[in-house]
Amino acid sequence: MFYNILQTRNLVPDVNLMKVEAPDIAKAAKAGQFVILRIDESGERIPLTIADFDVDEGSITVIYQVMGKTTKQLTTLKTGETLQDFVGPLGTPSDIRKLGTVVMVGGGVGVAPVYPQARAYREAGNHVISIIGARNEEMLILEDEMAEVSDELYVATDDGSKGHHGFVTDIVKDILDSDQQVDRIVIIGPPIMMKVGAGVTASYGVETLVNLNPIMIDGTGMCGGCRVSVGGETKFACVDGPEFDAADVDFDLMMSRLSFYRPQEKEALESYNKKCGDDCKCH
Amino acid sequence: MSLKQEMPEQKPEERIGNFDEVALGYTEQQAVIEAGRCLECKNPQCVAGCPVNIDIPGFVSRIKNKDFDRAIGILKESNALPAICGRVCPQEEQCEKFCILGKKGQPLAIGRLERFCADYERDAGVKSPEKPKSSGKNVAVIGAGPAGLTAAAELAKAGHGVTIYEALHEPGGVLTYGIPEFRLPKDIVRQEVDYIRNLGVDIKVDYVIGRIKTLDELRDEFDAVFVGTGAGLPRFMRIEGENLNGVYSANEFLTRVNLMKAYRFPDYDTPIKCGNKVVVVGAGNVAMDAARSALRLGAEEVTVVYRRSEAEMSARIEEVEHAKEEGVVFNLLTNPVRILEGENKTVTGVECVNMELGEPDESGRRRPIPIEGSEHVIDADIIIVAIGTSPNPVIFAGSEELETTSKGTIVVDEDAMSSLAGLCAGGDVVTGAATVISAMGAGKQAVATINRYIENRS
Ligand SMILES: Cc1cc2nc3c(=O)[nH]c(=O)nc-3n(C[C@H](O)[C@H](O)[C@H](O)COP(=O)(O)OP(=O)(O)OC[C@H]3O[C@@H](n4cnc5c(N)ncnc54)[C@H](O)[C@@H]3O)c2cc1C
Ligand SMILES: Cc1cc2nc3c(=O)[nH]c(=O)nc-3n(C[C@H](O)[C@H](O)[C@H](O)COP(=O)(O)OP(=O)(O)OC[C@H]3O[C@@H](n4cnc5c(N)ncnc54)[C@H](O)[C@@H]3O)c2cc1C
Ligand code: SF4
Ligand code: FES
Repeated sequence: MFYNILQTRNLVPDVNLMKVEAPDIAKAAKAGQFVILRIDESGERIPLTIADFDVDEGSITVIYQVMGKTTKQLTTLKTGETLQDFVGPLGTPSDIRKLGTVVMVGGGVGVAPVYPQARAYREAGNHVISIIGARNEEMLILEDEMAEVSDELYVATDDGSKGHHGFVTDIVKDILDSDQQVDRIVIIGPPIMMKVGAGVTASYGVETLVNLNPIMIDGTGMCGGCRVSVGGETKFACVDGPEFDAADVDFDLMMSRLSFYRPQEKEALESYNKKCGDDCKCH
Repeated sequence: MSLKQEMPEQKPEERIGNFDEVALGYTEQQAVIEAGRCLECKNPQCVAGCPVNIDIPGFVSRIKNKDFDRAIGILKESNALPAICGRVCPQEEQCEKFCILGKKGQPLAIGRLERFCADYERDAGVKSPEKPKSSGKNVAVIGAGPAGLTAAAELAKAGHGVTIYEALHEPGGVLTYGIPEFRLPKDIVRQEVDYIRNLGVDIKVDYVIGRIKTLDELRDEFDAVFVGTGAGLPRFMRIEGENLNGVYSANEFLTRVNLMKAYRFPDYDTPIKCGNKVVVVGAGNVAMDAARSALRLGAEEVTVVYRRSEAEMSARIEEVEHAKEEGVVFNLLTNPVRILEGENKTVTGVECVNMELGEPDESGRRRPIPIEGSEHVIDADIIIVAIGTSPNPVIFAGSEELETTSKGTIVVDEDAMSSLAGLCAGGDVVTGAATVISAMGAGKQAVATINRYIENRS
């Protein structure tokens, strides 16, 4: 099957937005779910979180960071071109209910998956405090969108070019140290950020959820490649997750599994660059 | 007693360097000679041994008379996918097991003759089927494995509009993602799928039922539903170290190789690591396919570890023989107890114990019992777990409860109808991991039920 690309847009350096026509997926999508796409016949299947969905338009929006071969090749695709495969919505939807006050934390491209969840928590009647971060102001994504769906919004940058000079987790700690009642924290970002965040919140006893991003193939529970250890039990992140209780997650195992194919990923990117350099005209 | 015609094959030392088909197929001359061995029994036992009761003496005698068109015609009356069954059926447990020639010598090579006819037809060019008159009814089929494809073909022939929903990006089920190219070329599977498309069946790939649509929605939308989603959920051993880097389920390993074509990396993007020393746990067809794929990917040493003895191995005999010829080492009566961890959470080996066989267990096979003090380590950088699968429950998400067993299989009555009206099921999702031919048989049987159900309601 082929899926039309309705829109592509560069958000910040190396982070792009892509809107794809997929009416059935849009109808079924819920916050916290993801898609798996494959660009062409020889392509890899890669998972990307559903950053937005529009039932009327029949579209799914994803936001991706350029990491390696597949995400680099994605940047060459233009509006009107197609993807060979676009499967979803995958994963168990996030557990979104009215709880009271929810703190949403997104780092880097992790702000993209936070956005639909923040919106859904707000719609469910929660007081939503969002904290988003990036390396610097130039790399910050979805600030306006997040402001719209949050009751309070804080920004942190590693270099202090915008908002708090430091990590998003610093702000989380400040909030937890204040009188503010917090009923749940959701942290999505690079694994190391989720691990550090889980460490920060652990001593406060506030329920903390993370969205895990191990390597996946099918995304339906048939390969077990995405398995993670949660509370000592093996879980398949693509069907049992991707949302899990942060306190139970073995982040070190997940991070090492994410690095298993580094040499091959490097080879794939190099071979792609050789065939199809930066100024390639074949797309 | 004459011997059966030898199958022409790629030589072991050659074939471990490629993914091309190992068994090359009979020549016309060989097929005619082999067919000549058939005694054309009045009361043929082989037919009873075939799960779909092919008229075996019938098609074999046509081969003898070089009427290959008629031979394939007879085969196709009972079996829509002879090119596939001729290659992958466990004939030694089915038709050939009961062949009278086998009492004193070698049974007739029925599977090879079946394959010969199918390949003959393929070379001659398969005729496009005629589109039947529309019944005005629509049926959804979930899963495009042998069960679903057979059901879809039969439903289309009955004039129903048929939509297949398949989770992966290619139809075929295990035939596509599990069984490797060197045993079942994917062109053959694709051709069978095209034939079914030409019957007017709409195949929607990339559709995971339970996610994009629920079973309940499909039951509302269609006049009936057939579920043929197989047994795709891999079982692990639940031993220490099982999540380390380098431990694969056979499903993951084979999916990377077959569906994603990792053996052609970097021309295809999906990577695979096969290491130098590979241990495969299990002794079914899945284990043999994984072991032989690992060899072809360049592993220096591949060891199959199995807790029972050779007699209990469930793989087709031919595959075990091929694996041995190719240099796969078999450590039988050996059971893994712990996977050993090296740097960066990577596998370095597997600790095993030796086993002995005790009294028969529920399966009728003698129960393996660990021998105390027999612990030993097998070095390995890749471990592939092939100890079985069960049905993937994702299909049930968000739908009305359907009766299932403790093993997760769907409960059906003798007509393949589930506990929900108008919802039939068949293949591995009902039986647990079984065979291609039994899945096909179940698909066909379910269609008879669906036809009756639709008729009664209109
Ligand atoms: C549920 C889920 C949701 C995700 N959502 C987003 C998102 O919204 N935006 C975003 O930018 N990224 C997201 N990711 C990560 C994204 O899938 C990877 O960055 C992408 O696969 C990299 O592919 P590549 O070929 O460009 O890079 P590669 O060079 O192949 O890989 C770079 C790194 O990405 C990881 N990776 C590689 N292959 C896969 C794979 N098949 N599945 C998962 N991870 C892989 C590995 O850690 C690897 O080291 C998500 C991952 C998961 C599991
Ligand atoms: C590696 C391997 C080797 C084998 N070798 C042999 C052999 O030599 N001989 C033999 O007779 N048998 C063999 N078998 C067993 C045989 O392949 C199976 O018994 C047979 O394929 C079962 O057919 P099925 O149609 O029931 O299921 P499958 O072939 O498993 O097909 C099920 C299909 O349903 C799809 N699906 C699952 N869930 C969903 C969902 N929620 N929504 C949409 N689609 C879904 C799957 O993606 C899959 O394509 C082997 C099995 C394996 C794994
Ligand atoms: S379908 Fe299988 S069991 Fe039946 S005759 Fe052919 S090889 Fe034998
Ligand atoms: S990605 Fe295959 S089971 Fe999760």
